[in-house]
Amino acid sequence: MGDGQGFDNHFRFRHNVGVSAQLIGSGSRSSQVPPAFQVVDAHAAYDGVPVLNGVDVQVPVGQTMAVLGPNGSGKSTLMRAMLGIVPLTSGRIHIHGTPLRRFRDWKRIGYVPQRLTAGGAVPATVREIVASGQVARRRRLSLSTKADRAAVEEALAAVDLSERAGDAVRELSGGQQQRVLIARALAGRPDTFVMDEPMAGVDADNQRALARTIARLSEQGSTVVLVLHELGPLENVIERAVVLEQGRVVHDGAPPAAIGACARPGHVHQHPHPDPNDPDPRVASTDAHSEIVRLEVPHRD
Amino acid sequence: MTELLQYEFMRRALLAAVLVGLVAPVIGTFLVQRRLALLGDGIGHVALTGVALGLLTSTSPVLTAAVVATVGAILMELVRVRTRTSGDVALALLFYGGIAGGVLLIGLTPGASNATLTSFLFGSVSTVGEQDIWIVGVLAVGVLAVLAVFGRELFVLCQDEEVARAHGLPVRFLSILLAVTAALTVVIAMRVVGVLMVSALMIVPVAAAQQLSRSFRVTMGLAVFIGLSSSLGGLTTAFYSDLAPGATIVLLALAVYCVAVLSGGLLRRTAKRRRATPPSTAARSPMDTMIQSDRGRLTP
Repeated sequence: MGDGQGFDNHFRFRHNVGVSAQLIGSGSRSSQVPPAFQVVDAHAAYDGVPVLNGVDVQVPVGQTMAVLGPNGSGKSTLMRAMLGIVPLTSGRIHIHGTPLRRFRDWKRIGYVPQRLTAGGAVPATVREIVASGQVARRRRLSLSTKADRAAVEEALAAVDLSERAGDAVRELSGGQQQRVLIARALAGRPDTFVMDEPMAGVDADNQRALARTIARLSEQGSTVVLVLHELGPLENVIERAVVLEQGRVVHDGAPPAAIGACARPGHVHQHPHPDPNDPDPRVASTDAHSEIVRLEVPHRD
Repeated sequence: MTELLQYEFMRRALLAAVLVGLVAPVIGTFLVQRRLALLGDGIGHVALTGVALGLLTSTSPVLTAAVVATVGAILMELVRVRTRTSGDVALALLFYGGIAGGVLLIGLTPGASNATLTSFLFGSVSTVGEQDIWIVGVLAVGVLAVLAVFGRELFVLCQDEEVARAHGLPVRFLSILLAVTAALTVVIAMRVVGVLMVSALMIVPVAAAQQLSRSFRVTMGLAVFIGLSSSLGGLTTAFYSDLAPGATIVLLALAVYCVAVLSGGLLRRTAKRRRATPPSTAARSPMDTMIQSDRGRLTP
């Protein structure tokens, strides 16, 4: 993905007053700016089966936070609930200080879903998909302005796909399609990103490239919430990790240290661990490495 | 061609064919994108109940079909979301309910015969009256206006409903809007190709266009071109060769699809060969390196 040259220029405009204010220091962060996300006693269920069992999480503006946990722990559900995609059975969620139900400033949110492909059934070019990320900030019947087009070009440049802009999305590799999804989120010029396993199904090179993009967003003061299976190349970017297990927060703080060669960035995971019951409970709670094959079930965690 | 325009009924038929050829592929592109290609068929069957209701109550069948198809489309969308019935089962329910209701009501209508039923099932573009043309024209303008205003949002919805929700788009409203717009398009197309083939003009031109295109916009434009050519070409052929117009139009669209599949394959093979030619080392950018190292790449 190159070195992200020019990225600072690309996304300088995203600094709003709130983001700048929180950069002064963590002390002023909580007192002046409402948190990007506030989740209070969140409960959610699929077909009567509880998935979230009273989750409390607060994400300050400007923080890069990972939600970790084994499959079925509720991490994707939590993230979807934070955006109103999954309804809560009880509890409440505020986005930038506004209750989710009344939140209208969606252009501040950049969502990257977990998808194996970026395209639909009808062919679409990379540029078309990326430009669709501006839907929340464009008025109906409005033609695209110079600024809109510039934002699309900048988003494409940020993920190094400018040269593929006119290509059909389905001609790209899985890793490149994931980068298209991230560019789509960037094109709306949001200051709050929510990404669901952006590294899933992406090879090591593309993972490192994605990590650089996310690191830049973080440096620019964006709020980034990532659902991750493992920290991988994002180890140094993540400021805080929330670990879920059976729909409850079991760890909230510094990212758990990666232990063993299998947890190192760049490691291609191809074998089961000999001892899934790691003696270190903190690591065990974040470690879902014991599986080899991941089954993707739509609309399920 | 001038001979064709001498007849009042043919002028009306051609106008109806133009409206159908123009509108159906536009809405069809969104339906294919949303993987609801058979939605038009489901609504077409419900429209038959509307037609029968119109005949029974001596009201304009096109108008009653528009009302009943709209209600059917909304019901189907609600059934799909509320009862956790999968999209295809919800469609099947519409198919059976619509066709059974239509046949039953036409049977109750005094003076209606099998010929009446057949004309709606397979189309009878030559019997399109002036009132029908007005209704079809207004519906066509309405459908195009809806797509012009909500097109960008519908693209996101049809691409990924979850992303649409995360953008704060009114997903339920847009889904129903799309279904209702499809219902009105079905009514527009009904007189030309009949309720059984109504969906063909929404789907076949799109299926053909996507063989030749890599962009959504171009696919839609090409689909409209194919739709217009098929409906006008089919109607003209039917007139001179004394064939069933609806069937001729649909078969012509399918022939275009076959040609598109063949030429699309050729185009892709040529493009692949061109891409396989190694670039000069001087021109290599970090981007090239990325592509080379990307093990998940689908195309070489």
